[in-house]
Amino acid sequence: MEGRAWKFGDDVDTDAVIPGRYLIFNTPGELAKYTFEGVRPDFAKKVHENDIVVAGSNFGCGSSREHAPLALKGSKVSCVIAKSFARIFFRNAINIGVPVLECPNTDRIDDGDELEVDLSTGDIQNITKGETYQATPLPDFVREIVDEGGLIEYARKLVSER
Amino acid sequence: MTVSEKIFSKASGTPVKAGDFVLANIDLAMTHDITGPLAVQGFYEIMRDEEEKKVWDPSKIVIIFDHQVPADSINAAENHIMLRKFAKEQGILNYDVYEGVCHQVLPEKGHVLPGDLIVGSDSHTCAYGSLGAFSTGIGSTDMAAVFATGKLWFRVPETFRFEVEGKLPERVYSKDLILHLIGDVGVEGARYMAAEYAGSTIRSLSIPERMTISNMAIEMGGKAGIIEADEVTEAYLQERIPGYKLDPYWKSDEEAKYLDIRHYDVSDLEPQVACPHNVDNVKSVSEVEGTKLDQVFMGSCTNGRFEDIKIMADIMGDEPVAKGVRLLVVPASKTEYMKLLKAGYVEKLMNAGAIVEAPCCGPCMGGSFGLLGPGEVGLATSNRNFKGREGSAESFVYLSSPATAGASALTGEITDPRKV
Repeated sequence: MEGRAWKFGDDVDTDAVIPGRYLIFNTPGELAKYTFEGVRPDFAKKVHENDIVVAGSNFGCGSSREHAPLALKGSKVSCVIAKSFARIFFRNAINIGVPVLECPNTDRIDDGDELEVDLSTGDIQNITKGETYQATPLPDFVREIVDEGGLIEYARKLVSER
Repeated sequence: MTVSEKIFSKASGTPVKAGDFVLANIDLAMTHDITGPLAVQGFYEIMRDEEEKKVWDPSKIVIIFDHQVPADSINAAENHIMLRKFAKEQGILNYDVYEGVCHQVLPEKGHVLPGDLIVGSDSHTCAYGSLGAFSTGIGSTDMAAVFATGKLWFRVPETFRFEVEGKLPERVYSKDLILHLIGDVGVEGARYMAAEYAGSTIRSLSIPERMTISNMAIEMGGKAGIIEADEVTEAYLQERIPGYKLDPYWKSDEEAKYLDIRHYDVSDLEPQVACPHNVDNVKSVSEVEGTKLDQVFMGSCTNGRFEDIKIMADIMGDEPVAKGVRLLVVPASKTEYMKLLKAGYVEKLMNAGAIVEAPCCGPCMGGSFGLLGPGEVGLATSNRNFKGREGSAESFVYLSSPATAGASALTGEITDPRKV
């Protein structure tokens, strides 16, 4: 997947991703209109399909609301790359099929850099800078869920085996 | 073994240690009016090929309305209608708009027990660790899987132990203590870990005070915030479950392995304030004294109990709220509200100029009422002060104890409660 980087700092919380007043909406398309409204007011209007959110450490801290990764899904970003993720956001993103990659080199990526990401290997190519970074592969247990197509399908399998 | 390892061993039916991945049986699942609708949608997706679309065990699920109550928009009303229907069809207990905040209502109604594995689609579910449960926040799709199967995957967490000694000084409370710990370790200091709070200071705390500590474990990144169940816990539970006897097994063994242990002496701790826009941006009240305020919010699952509001009201005495300051008081549950009413505190606070609201999350979730406008400054006894958390992204939120909130409501600026 190839896309342009939208760069954020450390400790981007779920209220920054989608403000609380929009939690009455439950669909990705509706939530997408307000993504990052308080911190990057231009994001919803200017984000393109396959763009990539890049951040520092502890991305998605705060609330457990799944509306945050849903808003990103609705914005059609192809993945989120950060130094580290808050636990609940990481799970939620995996569960609904928003790819997340932990990479220690996000400081090297600037806003607007063109990136190419290989989810299977964790290779991240910064086309703008001519650099390559390595993301941490997902744990096996999590890969199982991803391979099933997300938690819904994984749970369907569990239910059918009862 | 740590208490977390013991709980996951029970829940997965096999001895486990930190780092293991397990599929665990859930003892209690809670969802509310914000995260519930997505969980219900997900549940029906999971069950789409099943003839009987029934949850795994309705007696182990609680649905509560607390974030947008009474419904403050048509969308919110539609969410409530959908959840009421689901609860009725499935035979699930539904605490409707009048009961209060999930993390207050569940313990006070006797749903939480030491040794339980509890999940809630709300990040402050870690609050139930105050009663010796392993309780953690999850998302709506995780909750959908729990509704359908009664199971969820976990990585058994390492444990970060906080050993706290010393008597808290006059007008310094458990909120000051937890803010101090968060300020020390940072917002991701316990990320992916179970925080365990121990020591003579913790043991001396009442259950409401312990709830404040466990509630904010998530603000240091914690997966859970556990306090060992003891005779204080047992007494609290006996009031709710006649004949309840504490099982001494549900505590960490002496030889348990911890990822980290930190020691604190709080004998000289000052009142603490978390400054904008992060919960770990913690300073002593003396460093921020004099900051002008537009609003004081007293409430939330962190500090909305009778004891908290009493602390504030007693500090305020018979003095009025400062001119130009809005004081919002939102008790955490109907039970707590009634206690305040009977003790005369509701009348006292209203006479002082406070707005006393029905039990709910209030301004804390940033989407209902009592929001801050651009440039406004608020002091809150809640748990988060992220940019835009309580209204405009151009507002500023400070977090404090009820005592500091009371003193500040009187003066209209952040004030050391020891000086009032």
